[in-house]
Amino acid sequence: MKGVQSILFSQKAAPYIFILPFIISLSFFWVYPMISTIIMSFQDIGTGYSEFIGLANYEKLLGDSVFHTAVKNSVLYTIFTIIILIPLPMLCAFLLNSKNVVAKRTYKSIIYLPALVSVVVSGILFRYMFSEMDSGLMNQILNFFGIDSTQWLKNWGTGMFALLLLATWRWMGVNTLYFEAGLSSIDKVLYESAEVDGANAWQKFWHITLPLLKPTRIYVTTISIYGGMAMFLESYMIYGGNSSPKNIGLTIVGYLYRRGIEKNDLGYASAVGLVLLIVALAISMVYLWSSGMFKKEDK
Amino acid sequence: MSQNNTEPNQSSLFDASALVATKKVKKNKDGKRSLYKVLINGFFVIMCAIVAVPFVAGLFASFRPGQMLIRNGLNLQLDFKNWSFTNYGYLFDGSTGYLDWYKNSIVITVISVLLTLIICYFVAYGFAMYNFKFKNFLFFLVIATMMVPFEILMLPLYKEMISLGLIDTFAGVILPGLVGASTIFFFRQFLSGLPKELLDAGRIDGSSEYGICVKIIMPMSKPAFSAMAILSAMGSWNSMLWPLIVLRSADKFTLPIGLNTLMTPYGNNYDVMVAGSMFSILPLFILYLIFNKYFVEGMTAGAVKG
Repeated sequence: MKGVQSILFSQKAAPYIFILPFIISLSFFWVYPMISTIIMSFQDIGTGYSEFIGLANYEKLLGDSVFHTAVKNSVLYTIFTIIILIPLPMLCAFLLNSKNVVAKRTYKSIIYLPALVSVVVSGILFRYMFSEMDSGLMNQILNFFGIDSTQWLKNWGTGMFALLLLATWRWMGVNTLYFEAGLSSIDKVLYESAEVDGANAWQKFWHITLPLLKPTRIYVTTISIYGGMAMFLESYMIYGGNSSPKNIGLTIVGYLYRRGIEKNDLGYASAVGLVLLIVALAISMVYLWSSGMFKKEDK
Repeated sequence: MSQNNTEPNQSSLFDASALVATKKVKKNKDGKRSLYKVLINGFFVIMCAIVAVPFVAGLFASFRPGQMLIRNGLNLQLDFKNWSFTNYGYLFDGSTGYLDWYKNSIVITVISVLLTLIICYFVAYGFAMYNFKFKNFLFFLVIATMMVPFEILMLPLYKEMISLGLIDTFAGVILPGLVGASTIFFFRQFLSGLPKELLDAGRIDGSSEYGICVKIIMPMSKPAFSAMAILSAMGSWNSMLWPLIVLRSADKFTLPIGLNTLMTPYGNNYDVMVAGSMFSILPLFILYLIFNKYFVEGMTAGAVKG
């Protein structure tokens, strides 16, 4: 008994005891489900039976036009969010650092506020702001500019706009914080010497800020790719459920949820999930490779 | 941004001629600068106003009868004649499950934050303070878990919960999220910055490895704990997808799940929906006002490292 205790308390065993919870959690809630989803993706699973059907699920995915719609929606949503939510927050962070800003902390705090709100609450707010009635806020704005009211959530373009506005509202502040943190790690001496050389604000931004923010930009872009490709609840809330007219709001995870949870077709849904994983990994790898992340060792 | 904007106390460090020169340039540029100042602050004021619109519209709607929300949508009209506190009354008079949901959210958030922090701290401590076999491989696994979206694992996890009998229990909601890779990552980063000599000093004093971890290092890690407490409380309070799958009975719902059920077109609980939504934001808003600094630290820790 004493021997066991001295082993447990030895300096050699201690690290393993410390990381034990990670190993347990990893095996139960990561390795097991990971393996299980890979196996399920090759199976036809119904209540009380499961049989191996090889690649049939994946073949079915290739010809599944609803799945194609979901992939298209997810990929476009991801691209649009990156186009909006990288440059805008970067500019915001840059402007926030200006000496002319009067209430930096207040601005920052307010822009961050939406990140505190759950998808449910923000989804409810946006769903009814995009109401098709004349008295909905977005239609009021249209009417103000002399444009007729529209059924925002019945068409692809306007529906996507609603989703993007929601994403911008929620993540603008967070991404600004990221870039702000990136900016604060840039040595002030660089700006000062640029000023001595007579550089203007734009030149400083282009030649110092932008290149030195690259690590932050890569980080934010990568999490945006993952967040965008896995988007589901935003659409679920805005469309008031997992079904939208002509699937205009359907995403890959939405389809996985529909197949797996709503229709209990776990095999097919697992194949959807694995395709999502492969696509997300591939996009982020291509992005990281193209931005030179893997060339670091050459230096 | 602006050249020659040397602060007075800073310029006093330089010799007098430089000071005079600075002032001269300053005068010439004053007009341009004040215009710039108005523009840049105007930009942020307008942006803050736009950010506030959904909150204000939601707040307004929470004072109106729920049917008006469905009929009119959300807007910024100040139609005071329709306003009352009736909806907020419904939240507390027990006619809906709202108070149960609130209680459940608090219970789940408190339990998972406490457990997550303690467990992740220990795991990170192991990674930061020791060298051991397979350390790099195991830490690679920490990173790897971050690269797989949770959404992919939710179906097999759901099946697993069914076979473990954890469906419709708080344990089922809490357990899979306890060991969070990003929390481990953050703690490890913090702990790596502490001097290793502290451990040796502790050992010489006769403390056990666990004694050092709990009695010496843990009190020093307060800032890390605060930042992670806030972040994980936020995640837990707002978590929706997993609880949506695990929880079945209305009296076990958390706030997000409960509020979501009110959105069905068949119910007439819209009175509670908006007022309940607005009231559910309150705890995080209060935390944010008090611990603003820790929110920022927790959020940006990952990005700075890059």
